Formats: sequence, structure tokens, C-alpha cells
Amino acid sequence: MIEESFLPLITWMVSLLAVPAILLLRRTPNAREMATFVAAFAKFALVAVMVPMILDGRVLRFSFGEILPGIPLEFRVDGLGILFALVASSLWILTTLYAVGYMRGLKEHDQTRFFACFAVSISATIGVAFAGNLFTLYLFYEVLSLSTYPLVTHHGDKEARSGGRTYLSHLLGTSVAFVLPAMIYCWVRSGGDMSFTDGGFLAGKIGAGDGMIVLLALTLGFAKSGLMPFHSWLPNAMVAPTPVSALLHAVAVVKVGVFCVIRVFTGVFGTDFLGELDVATAVSWIAAFTVITSSLIALSQDNLKRRLAFSTIGQLGYIVLGVSLLSPLGVTGSILHIAMHAFGKITLFFCAGAIYVAMHKKYVSELVGIGRKMPITMAAFAIGSLSVIGLPVTGGLVSKWYLVMGTAESGQIALLVVFLVSSILNACYFLPIVYRAFLCRPEESLYDGGRQEAPLACLVPLCITAALSVFSFFNPNLLLKLAGLMTGVE
Amino acid sequence: MTEHFSALILLMPLFGALLVTLLGRERRTACWLTALVCLAASSAFAIGNICQVLASKSGDLRYRMGGWQESAGYEVGIELRVDMLAALVVAMVVLVGFVNIIFAKTRVGSEMKDKVAFFYALKQLLIVGLCGIVMTNDAFNLYVLIEITSLTSYALIAMGNRRAALSSFNYIIMGTIGASFYLLGVGYLYIKTGTLNIDDISSVMQSGDLWAHPSIMIAFVLIMLGIWTKMAFFPLHGWLPNAYSYAPGVVGSFMAPLMTKVMVYVMLRVMLWLFGGEYVYSSGHIWGELIIWMSIIAIIAGSFLALACTDIKKMLTYLIVAEVGYMVGGAWLMDGAGILGSMYHILSDAAMTFCLFLAASIVILRTGDHRLTAFTGLFRSMPLTMTGFTVGALSMIGLPPTCGFFSKWYLISGAIEVGHWSYVAALLFSSLVNAVIFFRIIERAYFGRIEGVESLPVDADGSPPVVLDRVPYSMLLPLLMAAGSVLLVGIYNEVLAGWLRAAIPSL
Amino acid sequence: MEFLAAGFIEENIVPKFNYWVYVILMMIGLFAMITKNNLIKKLIGMAIFQTAIILFYVSIGVKAESGIPILGHEQHHEIVEEGRASSEVIKKEKFANPLPHVLMLTAIVVGVSTLGLALAISQRIYGSFNTLEEDEILDQLRPGGHD
Repeated sequence: MIEESFLPLITWMVSLLAVPAILLLRRTPNAREMATFVAAFAKFALVAVMVPMILDGRVLRFSFGEILPGIPLEFRVDGLGILFALVASSLWILTTLYAVGYMRGLKEHDQTRFFACFAVSISATIGVAFAGNLFTLYLFYEVLSLSTYPLVTHHGDKEARSGGRTYLSHLLGTSVAFVLPAMIYCWVRSGGDMSFTDGGFLAGKIGAGDGMIVLLALTLGFAKSGLMPFHSWLPNAMVAPTPVSALLHAVAVVKVGVFCVIRVFTGVFGTDFLGELDVATAVSWIAAFTVITSSLIALSQDNLKRRLAFSTIGQLGYIVLGVSLLSPLGVTGSILHIAMHAFGKITLFFCAGAIYVAMHKKYVSELVGIGRKMPITMAAFAIGSLSVIGLPVTGGLVSKWYLVMGTAESGQIALLVVFLVSSILNACYFLPIVYRAFLCRPEESLYDGGRQEAPLACLVPLCITAALSVFSFFNPNLLLKLAGLMTGVE
Repeated sequence: MTEHFSALILLMPLFGALLVTLLGRERRTACWLTALVCLAASSAFAIGNICQVLASKSGDLRYRMGGWQESAGYEVGIELRVDMLAALVVAMVVLVGFVNIIFAKTRVGSEMKDKVAFFYALKQLLIVGLCGIVMTNDAFNLYVLIEITSLTSYALIAMGNRRAALSSFNYIIMGTIGASFYLLGVGYLYIKTGTLNIDDISSVMQSGDLWAHPSIMIAFVLIMLGIWTKMAFFPLHGWLPNAYSYAPGVVGSFMAPLMTKVMVYVMLRVMLWLFGGEYVYSSGHIWGELIIWMSIIAIIAGSFLALACTDIKKMLTYLIVAEVGYMVGGAWLMDGAGILGSMYHILSDAAMTFCLFLAASIVILRTGDHRLTAFTGLFRSMPLTMTGFTVGALSMIGLPPTCGFFSKWYLISGAIEVGHWSYVAALLFSSLVNAVIFFRIIERAYFGRIEGVESLPVDADGSPPVVLDRVPYSMLLPLLMAAGSVLLVGIYNEVLAGWLRAAIPSL
Repeated sequence: MEFLAAGFIEENIVPKFNYWVYVILMMIGLFAMITKNNLIKKLIGMAIFQTAIILFYVSIGVKAESGIPILGHEQHHEIVEEGRASSEVIKKEKFANPLPHVLMLTAIVVGVSTLGLALAISQRIYGSFNTLEEDEILDQLRPGGHD
């Protein structure tokens, strides 16, 4: 049931309206941050208002009017979109709080630019989440790439520049070289209609050979999903300040990538049609390869943020893998994993940033014994790790459960092995950090003296996200229901 | 009076040119004001013209210059014919000219020294020529108008430094060859058909079934060669980069967006109206495939040559060479969508080239440096200029919602429809190269910090009003208008495409 | 062989000699424009090139046994005094086609102005480089490249 509504527009606009406010209030940091907070809360509230409507089975639609023949610029809020918007907008509040603590703690330069770009990025993320057709999706995808560039290169030094160069060249290059022609091909083939529909707008309009090429072009072209040949922007983007890494590279940017992939599978082709074409296996194997390889690389990383980055690549592989199984359970698992991994990974990034703010440590080898110095942070880190590995009592278990079930449902036993091996690898690269932080012998510990946590503004958000991880284990119903709207799984 | 709009578009700047020359070299502001008023009036008529075309049933307006009635079914005098495509291109020409006049206000004095009045006169004559090219329906008149634009542009370019004079000389040689080839081609058409009116030539060829005659083929080849030379289609592009980059800033920023685009328009006109799609695209000729490959080479070569440049204006001129490849390729795709893309790209490329050239001129003026290194740290000292530049750059790369994205969209969809994947690949390749080129500059402008920005040369022409970017309003405003037009042409692409689609004769 | 050549000349060259003349002239002009090193020689080439096209146009207006397209006294008399229809009096085949000639008036004007402008510009070039040889000019521009 589609109904016209201004809610998606307002939700999208809120953070955009914050930008002039942020720029005008640049001389009074407190008021400036207040503007960000007001926008963040307003955005979250608006998304929350929409949730019950969506749960009723309604779809909210807002159209700006046609921008290309047959293609309107339009928002269409469905279960998948609102779930992603919910995750992104809730974490924006926390990240803002955290960013204030982090940026002020380190006395960073150009904070106004930072917060302004942050707000634009969130708007673009919401735009992607609400996008009603492939063109709208692509538009906001590109806006996100450009608006995050100043954030990634915030430090402005040589490393940041080269990181930023990799970032943009990978994201823009793939989207222009692969997504653009594939999208136009879809447009030509589908006769001018590109709205996401349940069965996929391309269903029945394309052959297996072309379908394979278009699918691969779209999946790999949305390189924010970090699939293997085009993943290297992600570790390089870790030169960004930690709040950026946290929100953008644990939540917004990478999740936009996998969100786009899920849209391609469900909205462009439709899982049933892909099943008929029998072309999704290629994507499955690329994703499986990504999962295993990135986990192996993560094992060897000493820089904590880089290790987290490679872990992210692996987890994104899970999501793509799940949706490429084409089974309802697998797709549900993928959608859930967007949320679950977001909570877990943002906790981990917050912790990494907190350690950097408090101790100026960046490397895993420097964290021996830090558990006594920063117990709260490291406890949260432990919870985040559990969630990413997929162990109880964290939400990661729920989504992984669905993913594994999906594998079984589609009868891909080999991929089941991939999940298991990768989970073991995840454990291998996270648990030793936690173990040595808390349980090393006193003489090995690199730290002495009393507790010294990061500022409260950093500490509170990471506790909340850790709590969210645990909460989503005990009560994943809301997320499940929203995901179920797409897949039909109860 | 409304029926005279198309003629008035031409007459305003023509009389303006005369008036400016009479005003003489001393009264600069009066000259400027005259040119401004004439072009403003011309712009208003051009917009009125668009409305008239929209309102008319047939979609094309005809106007007999001097009121010469037809005799025995043939046009005797010179006829103006304005369909939607022509109306839009004419509006583009006069609007770019109008905005450029505003831009020229403070620069003209220092760039032209005592030739200010001549500059305004020549510029208006150039606009008359360009508008005439677009509107005339007479093949020989088209030649004369091409030569009028060429002559004025030779003179305008030669107003620059001594290198400009040399480039202008080379342009004269190449331009004369091109125009003469065109003239020869018209001669052959006249031998076979006995008329010069484009529609009449077309109908005589149709009724007499002259298609198979070798003269027609020779005429077509000669005309095409002539037009390609004029539009700098690779490898006939040799004259363009030097001519446009050594020309005075106010001249280059005006000719670069217009000249090649108008010649692309002439090519479309000759292909679709004079010879007709049936003849041009008929399977009996091998040239279709060949020319698409030539345009692919043009796109790739232009992109590479631009990549190798360290001079900002030269780089932009090589990009024009690549963009010409876009349009020629699109026109030869033998498909409605490709032709539409080509037509739309005429408008969008004019907007973005104009924007980039204005931004580059401002940067060169402020920093006194025409190399890419001049951009270092400019986002801090000239935020507005760089915003304008970035909009143009994004459009060149082809990101939504700028017009460059949509013209790529139409061109690529045309190529996909006929299955010409190599052309698609060339377009994407050029997008990627443009991304490299422009992000190299933007990165430099965004990060680099230089000391002593304050001590850079101020405009030599007295003390113009100084604002945010330490650039006179009269320069900043045109840039922002151009940047705005890049976005507007993009956002309203569907409207424009709808109008243009109606203008394409059925294939 | 000789016979063949004679036949070729008879069929293709003699009846179309005006085309051959213009093509040869045009090629001479083009050759000079492209290969000559001296800028003035290039311009001479350009003049030849344009003249060739003018010849071509003028020659296509000519018909066998036709005269200049001006009415004589007899025709004038017949039309005005005797009131005969002009289409009867004026025999098309008796007059050369005036239109190409008129067109060429314009083309000559264009050609002259192009030449004039080009000469003016070459004067400027001479003023700033002190030579009109292209290679010497390029040599001067190479080392510094300062402008």
C-alpha cells in the first residue's frame, strides 16, 4: 500500500538544514554542536515516527518529479529502508556525542567543516536508504562519496591525501565505470522504469548472459560494499579521524554499499528471477573469497583501526554472501546483519578512538594490560568483539544464525564451511586483544597506575552501543519484523 | 513585431557593433553599456523565440529576410528557419555572449589596451555570425556566416600576445581550408539541384532521386570535412588548443564554449535536414562505423592530451577536443537517443565549458599563473570561484545532478540501444580521465596552503569593487550564473530533452 | 596503351577540363598552405586555393553557346514595346547562369577580407618576432616559453 507523504522528505532534509546552521554558528562551538544534536534527535524521532506506519505494511512515497524520462527522483520508504535509516539515525546521535568528545579532546582543526560535512553525509545516507529507484540510489551514493571525502582527508597531511585519493578513485571510478553503464542498460532494457519493486523491475526482461554482466557490474560497482578486488579504499580511509571511521566506515558508507547490493538483488532483479537466471553463484563465491581473505589479512594487522577495517570487509562479505544465497532466510540474515554489525563494529571503533584519545595508542601490540587502565572501554570492546564474531549474548549471533540457516536452506554446504571458518578467524583476531588486555601477567603489562578513561563524551556512546549490541540479542523483534516485510520471514 | 523576433536577434548586436565603433575608443563604459543592452535585448528576443516555437503547431518558424516571396515553389531570398533545436542553441549563444559581456567589463581595459571599442564590436559581430549560422536556411548564406564568425574570431584571438597572433594565423589557414571545403560541397549540391535553400535542396534530391549520384556523395564528404575542420574534430584539431588558450581571457572564455558547439549544430543540421538521416545513415555507406571509431579516437586522444597538460587553459581546450568526439559519435550512432544526446550535449557542454573557462580566467587573473599549480590552496582564498570551478568539473566528470551526467546518460543509452559498446567504453574512459584531471586540481586547491596570497597582483584596471574572493562582482557573478546554468540544464534535462526530441526529424 | 590514354583524355579530361583546372589549382594552393615555411607563401597558397574555388563556381554557370545574362536592346524592345511575355523572349539556354557568379562576388569579398586580416596578423607577427619563417618563430618560442 503506497501512500504519498512528506515525512521521508523532511527526514532527509533535517540534517541538510543543519548545515547552514552549523556554518553560521561556527564562532560558538557549543551552539554549533547544539544544532547538530537538534538535527540528530529530530531525524531519529522522524524515523521512529515512520516505523509503526511501515510495520502496518504501508510504503511512504515522496516524489520530486521526473528528472529523466520515466525516472522520478523519489523516496520510497519500505521495511529495508526504514531499518537502515533507523540504524544510521540512531547511531548519528551517539557518534555526534562521541565526535564532540574526540575532536575537542584532540583539539582538531576545522571542526565546523567536519560537522557540516558529517551532516551532509548523513543526509546522503538517508537518501540512499529511502531511494525509490536505481537512479535516486545512484545519485545519493555519489553525493555520499563526495561529501565524505573532506572527512576522510580531514588531517590534510600526506597520508590523508593519498588515503583520500584511493578513497575517491575507487568509489568514483567503480561507480562511473560499472554502475553507470549497467544502470543505463537497465533503463534501456526495462523500458524506462527503474523503481524498485518486490519482484525486481528487470525480472523477465533480460537474459542470463546479460543478467550476469549487469549483476556483476552493479555488485562490484557499488564498491562501498568492499568486495574483494575493490576493497582497498577501506583500510586506506582509516586515516580519517576515528568518529568518521566509526560512523562512516562501520555504518554509513560501507552499509550503504551492501544496502545497494541488497537493493540490486531484491529490487532490481528480484531473488526469484535471479534464481531462474542462475547467476548469483558467482557473487557468492566472490563474497566467500572476500570473507576468508580479509579475515586472514586482519590477523596480520597490528594497527588496530586497520584490523577493524579488514574485519569490516569480511563482515560486509557476509552480508553480500547472505543475499546472494537468494533464500528468504539468507536475505533476512543479511538485512539483520546490517544492523547487528553496525552496533558491534561502531562499539569497536569507538573503543579504538577512546584508546587513542586517552593513551595515544594505535597498535594492537601496545594494548597489553590496558584493561586495567581502561576497564569500561575494554569491556565494551569485548562485547563488540563477541558481536562481530557472532557469539552470545550479542546481536551478532542472531544475524549469523539466520545467515547460516539461509545457507542450509539453499543447500550450499560449501558456503556453510566458509561461515564457520571465518567465524573462527574472527575469534582469532579479536579475542587475543581482549585476553591480553585483561589477563596478562602484571610484569607484561605496559601500563601502570590507576584508571584513566577517555572523556565522558567518548565513554558514554560506546557504552550505549555495547548495550545496544546486547539488547538486540534479547529483543531483535523490531528488526526482525522490518526485515520480514521484505522477505516474508516471520 | 513578434513575427520579427528571429531577425531582431540578429539585428540587435549588428547595430550594436556599428554603434560601438562610432562611439570610439575613449568612451569605454558607453561601449560596454551599448553591448550589454544590445545583447540583453537579443537574449530577450531569443527567449521569446523559444516561446514562439513552443506555441507554434509545426514546431518551426520561418522568416523571409527582406520579405522575398517564394517563386514557383522555391525560396528566392534568404530564409531563416527556427525549430526548437535552433531556438535553444541561439538562446545559448546570446546568453553566453550576454554573460560574457558582464564578465568582460573590468578585464577588457587591461587585456585590450586601446582596442576596447573594437573588441565590443567584433564580439557582437561574432554573435551575429553564430546566431545566423544557427538560424539560416540557406546553404550559401551559411558559408558567408561561417566566414563572418571566423574572421571576427581570428581578429579577436590575435588581440592577445604574440603567441596568440601566431595561433590566430594557423587558425586562419585551417579555418580557410575548412570553409572552402564546405563551399565546394555546396557548389556540387547546387550543380545537381539548382537551389541553395536547405529544404529545397533536400526536396529536389528527394523528388529527383539523386541519391545515388556521385556528386551528392562528393558534396557530402566535402561538407563534412569542412565542418570537421571548423569544429576541431580529431585529427583536424591542431589549430584549436593554441588559439583558445593564448587568446585574451575574455575572448577564450567566450569562444571556447560556443564555436565548436555551433559547428556541431551545423553538422547535425547538414546530416539530418540537408541530406536527411535516410541518406546519411543508409547501410550502403561505410562511413557510419568509421566515424564512430574516429570519434572514439578523438575522445581518447583528447583525454590523454589533456591529462598531459600543465597549463590550465590548454588542458581545457584539449577537453573540448574530447567533447567534440562525444557529440560527433553521438550524432553518428544512427539512433534517436544518440542524436538527442548529441543535441543535449551541445547545450550542456557549452554551459560547463563556459563555467570552467570563466573560473580559470579568474584564477589566472588573481594568481598571475596559468599552470595547474596556480590552484594550490585556492579553496581558502577564493571559495566562491572554486565552488564554480568544482561544479563545472563535476559536470565534466559526469556526476549527477550536473548536466554532464545527463548528456552522458543520453549518449550512453543511445549507444546501448544500437549496441555500440566501444563508444560506451570510450565515454566512460573519458569520464575517468576527467576525474583524475579535475581531482588532481581540486585536491591541490583543497589542501595546499600558500603564504602571501595577499601580495598577489590586483587588477591592473584601477580599483574595481572587491568582494569575498577579491574578484570584482562583475566577474564572480557571471561565473556563478554559469555554474547555476550547469545545474539548471542538468535538473531540467527532461524538459529540454522533450523539446529537442520533438525537433529530431524521423529517421 | 597510347590508344587507351587518348580515349581517357577524350572522355574525362577534355569535356571536364574546368574541373581539372580547379582541382590542380586547389592542390597547388593546399600544398603551399600546408608545407611552406614562410607565412606569406602560405597566404599566397591560400589565395590560389580560394581562387580555384571561385573558378569552379564561375565555370559551372557557363553553358555552351550562351552569353552574358544581360538583356539586349532587341529583347527589351520586344517585351516593353510589343508586350510579349518575357518567358517567350528570354531563352534560358542563351544566357549563362548568373547566380554562381553573384555568389562568387560575396566569396571574393570574403576571400579578400580573410587575406587582408591574415596580412595584418603576419605584420604583427613580424613586428614581434622579426621574421616570417615559421621554424625561426618556433625556435624563438621554444627555449623560454615565457608568454
